[in-house]
Amino acid sequence: MLKVKDLHKKFGDLHVLKGVSLEVSKGEVVVIIGPSGSGKSTFLRCINHLEKPTSGHIFIDGVDLEDPATNINVIRERVGMVFQQFNLFPHLTALENVSLAPEKVLKVPRAQARERAKALLSKVGLSDKCDSYPDQLSGGQKQRVAIARALAMQPKLMLFDEPTSALDPEMIGEVLAVMRKLAEEGMTMVVVSHEMGFAREVADRVLLMADGVFVEEGPPREFFTNPKHERTKAFLSKIL
Amino acid sequence: MVFDLEVVARYLPFLLQGVGITVEFTLIAFSAGSILGLLLALARISKNPIFHYPAVAYIDFVRGTPLLAQIYLIHFGLPQIFGYTPVGYIDALLALTLNSTAYIAEIMRAGIESIDRGQMEAARSLGMTYVQSMRYVILPQALRRVVPPMGNEFIALLKESSLVSVIGMEDLMMRSRMMAGRSFRPFEAYFTAALIYLALTLTFSRILGWGERRLGKSAQG
Repeated sequence: MLKVKDLHKKFGDLHVLKGVSLEVSKGEVVVIIGPSGSGKSTFLRCINHLEKPTSGHIFIDGVDLEDPATNINVIRERVGMVFQQFNLFPHLTALENVSLAPEKVLKVPRAQARERAKALLSKVGLSDKCDSYPDQLSGGQKQRVAIARALAMQPKLMLFDEPTSALDPEMIGEVLAVMRKLAEEGMTMVVVSHEMGFAREVADRVLLMADGVFVEEGPPREFFTNPKHERTKAFLSKIL
Repeated sequence: MVFDLEVVARYLPFLLQGVGITVEFTLIAFSAGSILGLLLALARISKNPIFHYPAVAYIDFVRGTPLLAQIYLIHFGLPQIFGYTPVGYIDALLALTLNSTAYIAEIMRAGIESIDRGQMEAARSLGMTYVQSMRYVILPQALRRVVPPMGNEFIALLKESSLVSVIGMEDLMMRSRMMAGRSFRPFEAYFTAALIYLALTLTFSRILGWGERRLGKSAQG
């Protein structure tokens, strides 16, 4: 499904990703944790080319993103992304936020796109908020609209970039519940998050990124109870 | 020395006939300048040097030189080079349009750049192309934000349009000069013209303010 090989990313002199490799198979849920500034977000943003990797290869469904012949817009249709700051379109209603891309990119007829958007909003528990504008929604509701918006393109892979970090504590649960449901339905997910409860229950694999490399990875039970690397132990002791 | 109201009353209809031209020039130059200015702003923010640098050069030149010089250049300079007979009306409109295009481009650019980066990223992450993202996500938000500075530009253009009188356009300014010459009452002539300009700018800023509030209501966030 997703294969990343020896990915490097530099911003000028700053070497953020120093040779990162990862394979994610279909239906797998991978949670990436790590100290801030370690490159987790940059890594996610490379996967759909919001950042262009300096070197290395990313394959999605066997298609090489670094191949100049690859149409990145087509790849992005298949890779949904959810941002820490939601990035909802403030001039559109919740429904229009969800139906815009299918309508304009996939050329789904408007009525049909809206019908689908309604279904998706009710799936994330917001069927009563179709006509609300983003600034009339709470943080948790915004993030759920953002998830519905990404799902509207029927992605095969979903990227979550600290989806609950900007939320008030009481709203984190509702967003995690939606993500959990997605995971249960078999969505392939790469999640950057510090929600250890979520990682423990939902993840198939947990990875620790530090200083631009993956330090340790393993199934959550082992990862949390019996970490092997000092770096992991130190990090876990700070956040658990 | 008293203010001669009788002269003002006699020449008022004559002056008001110039208002038509003033408003006409302003409206046409502003409309055309808005469309061209938006395109120029998009060229200016483009990473493609073929679009970027000419746009920067154009904006710098127009904003860095007097409108009066631009009018002379178009009306007297170009016919000398290309050997045609200048038409004042067209040259006046052209100068005002090309001038407002540069100022409007900078307003549009500021509006576009004021939209959070995350908006473009979210749009692109959904598979939209750059053009689609601009059209459906960035511009609808940016255009709402530029309404107040665009209002200011409109008012500025209305006043600047008085410069077309130097190439013989019978706008409000020109007619006030004619009134001054014929009546030998320059104070009455120019003061009345100034008041008419004031009435125009106040009227238009009222209309613009009303439009702004209406737009503010419909624009969420």
